[in-house]
Amino acid sequence: MSAEDALKSKFDGGELAFSQFRDNHRIVVPAAKLFEVLAFLKNEQNFDMLAEVTAVDYLEYEGAKDRFGVVYVIVCTKSGERLVIKTFVNDPEPLLPSVYSLWKSADWLEREVYDMFGIRFSGHPDLRRILTPDEFTAYPLRKDYPLKGRGERHNFPVLTRAES
Amino acid sequence: MAMKDVPDNIFMTSLDAAASWARSNSLWPMPFATACCGIELMATASSRFDLARFGAEVMRFSPRQCDLMIVAGRVVMKMLPVLQRIWLQMPEPKWCISMGACACTGGVFDTYAVVQGVDRFIPVDLYVPGCPPRPEQLMAGIIALQDKIKHGGTLNGTEFGKRTQPTGPTPYDLDELIRIREANEKLISIN
Repeated sequence: MSAEDALKSKFDGGELAFSQFRDNHRIVVPAAKLFEVLAFLKNEQNFDMLAEVTAVDYLEYEGAKDRFGVVYVIVCTKSGERLVIKTFVNDPEPLLPSVYSLWKSADWLEREVYDMFGIRFSGHPDLRRILTPDEFTAYPLRKDYPLKGRGERHNFPVLTRAES
Repeated sequence: MAMKDVPDNIFMTSLDAAASWARSNSLWPMPFATACCGIELMATASSRFDLARFGAEVMRFSPRQCDLMIVAGRVVMKMLPVLQRIWLQMPEPKWCISMGACACTGGVFDTYAVVQGVDRFIPVDLYVPGCPPRPEQLMAGIIALQDKIKHGGTLNGTEFGKRTQPTGPTPYDLDELIRIREANEKLISIN
């Protein structure tokens, strides 16, 4: 029985949406069920590797109902099976459960999503910024953040030759 | 003492000129290589192009032993405090070459994180254009810098004290203000 069939029989409330494009198996999960679904896939379906956590900002996107989509890509290293799990969160306090307890690789991946999109992960052991400087306040990959920033790149002391 | 009494192997010069001559022919570069310009910088130092012909082959990775900083590549806002600190750690006299389009102006990386030219925040003596510049071009830059040091260099570096203005554009030039205003207007229209 494939992992998708197992999911269908376990979560038969019709909350999960399954789709496929070529070899890409995709499941859309409501945020409330996310941890349960991922824990089931990890513990009972042998998806032992979290390859990617990333997010999409759907601000002003045609036909989008939610602000952020968060995408988890998990791999079973024994069978090579790969699943794309997607969920949606919204402003003003986008919050998801951390999957650090399932896969340790979620540590930096979730920090990156937090850094770039401002989506918080409850239960993460060390949710700090990872790419931008600590004193940075914006979330640069959000669509309402200007491409050229809000002047952060100019916010440094100027050294002249006489004083250095 | 008449000039005819001076042997052929003795030169008459000023101390400033002698010191500048010595300094210009033994530049010790600090390779601040952050991107592809760094590869060209390494090629310049290697045997094919041979920066040693100009006395500048001793790349030191400690700023305390260098007197020429070569900023090769783009500098992001997380790296800029490091760059400034390394610049301040270098002993006097020191010079700075901004190598490549990104270090000079930000190049194609006009984004929130990339500093639009290191000359906005540290003093730059010489700009080498190119994306990335060929090693010949960097060597031409180093020869031009040697020329600059030989003409106008002083023993105690008084010429540096006169440079009280930043070398680059002021952080908020008109263009930048227009960009920020446009960004804010767009933000207001979204919300």
